[in-house]
Amino acid sequence: MAVHTVKQIMESLRRRESKPSEWAEASLARIRALDERIGAFLHVDEAGALEAARRLDGETPNHPLFGIPYALKDNLCTEGIPTTAASRILEGYVPPYSATVADKLRQAGGVLVGKTNLDEFAMGSSTENSAYKKTRNPYNPACVPGGSSGGSAAAVAAGMVPYALGSDTGGSIRQPASFCGVVGLKPTYGRVSRYGLIAFASSLDQIGPFTRTAEDAAYVLQAISGHDPLDSTSAPEPVDDFVSGLDRGVKGLRIGVVRDLSQEGLDPEVGRLVEAAIATLEGAGAEVVEVSLPHMHYAVATYYLIAPAEASSNLARYDGVRYGKRVSGDSLIDMYERTRSEGFGIEVKRRIMIGTYALSSGYYDAYYLRAQKMRTLIREDYQKAFETCDVIATPTAPTPAFRLGEKVDDPLQMYLNDIYTIPANLAGLPGISVPCGLTEAGLPVGLQLVGRAFDEKTLLAAAHAYEQLRGFEMPLPGVEQ
Amino acid sequence: MKISADTVRHVAKLARLAVSEEEAARLAPQLSDIIGYADELQAVDLADVPPTSHPFALVNVLREDEPRPSLPRERALANAPDTDGEQVRVPAVLEG
Repeated sequence: MAVHTVKQIMESLRRRESKPSEWAEASLARIRALDERIGAFLHVDEAGALEAARRLDGETPNHPLFGIPYALKDNLCTEGIPTTAASRILEGYVPPYSATVADKLRQAGGVLVGKTNLDEFAMGSSTENSAYKKTRNPYNPACVPGGSSGGSAAAVAAGMVPYALGSDTGGSIRQPASFCGVVGLKPTYGRVSRYGLIAFASSLDQIGPFTRTAEDAAYVLQAISGHDPLDSTSAPEPVDDFVSGLDRGVKGLRIGVVRDLSQEGLDPEVGRLVEAAIATLEGAGAEVVEVSLPHMHYAVATYYLIAPAEASSNLARYDGVRYGKRVSGDSLIDMYERTRSEGFGIEVKRRIMIGTYALSSGYYDAYYLRAQKMRTLIREDYQKAFETCDVIATPTAPTPAFRLGEKVDDPLQMYLNDIYTIPANLAGLPGISVPCGLTEAGLPVGLQLVGRAFDEKTLLAAAHAYEQLRGFEMPLPGVEQ
Repeated sequence: MKISADTVRHVAKLARLAVSEEEAARLAPQLSDIIGYADELQAVDLADVPPTSHPFALVNVLREDEPRPSLPRERALANAPDTDGEQVRVPAVLEG
């Protein structure tokens, strides 16, 4: 079975060489053939996808994403289709409304084939915290796909869908994209409406695409961007034409590189591949400049106070009253406690407790307030760096995909895997991960580019240029053997 | 900062979580590790730095409070674990 990009399917449909229902059938067939081994999906809506696609068969393509199958991370609400955030507490929940991104893709003629696995409530870096199933890395089934959007990354990597959406709070799009050898884009905070995204940390969460190419990411970002009256934090910024600027190249682009990343636990093989990618861009006319992000070292500590604090507040709504699981108790409070204790997994409890602790009387100033102040310094570091460069290049993650089970008992080690991705969330900036090669062991490595606020255009053009220059196609994972 | 099993139980109570003895014993060293790691922020002078609660400076915008169509009752109640058909039902809040 051949694997196609969004662009290839779009062109085939426009030339009337194929029909939407054929692409939906191909996607569903590939899911049936592979997903028992990969575990990317929590719910496949076969009937709904075929019905939607057949309805489009008679219509004329009027949008780049018309007739193209896709998947959504299962923390994005879909009217009439189960949405669980991979938590027992939402088992059987069927939302009465759809997320704005799901509405936009439906209106564009997109065909939703299913909902993908994630770490429970998007809390994790390996998708192992899902209450329902493990997802395996298509490049090596003994390894994790990354997380928290591991299902979306694995589904695109294995060619089950040409694109999928995820959410990124501290790296949850970019890190699994890096681990699974696909492109992952976290847009600027506010670029994409969060309405209908099950909230984890509201000042950090942002929705974005997984695709096979930067060009495909531009098409998807175009379709999901824009101000939404239903999300008061969505930005009233004009939406650029992300596709038209893709070919502008990297001549004169100033790429900032941060010295001394090796102290942050960087795997030497990852470091070499990322340095080679930067050298490739330099060879094509980009200018490499050294920049300093002096407070980057504090980003993980800052994030693991702010994100759990926001989560402890956001997850207070799961009380067994209006929706989701309820476990009966002797009193209202007893019911709350039993419901939440049985409904949440251990990582979610851990984060709720860290957040509650950081916000509690006597500790607020020492932890939460200090973290918010450090967030200011991290933002200012970027502002200063972008005076002398246009994008900042780093590895997306310090290591390639690790093995299932390797870090589950050591939460702090798991958190430290987010060192390069977290700072962009704290500063609200856009970031993209683009594959830059395979390790000796055959695992993908991602180059991360972080840009100025609302300058996704520059990131996409640089990533697109790199894909043309890198001199290889990412090999498909060996999932069909 | 060392977090004891007692502190874990106290924080769990604040968060409306019931943790078993075994969970409290397992969580205490893990939370100590994580909070201990966060303690590196204590060494930085942040006295004159303003806090950031949101990446961009957005200001509240008010609109007229006008009635608009909303979810019909039966759909709003469809996911509730217990209802009387018109409202969600919970265990008694006030005694007697």
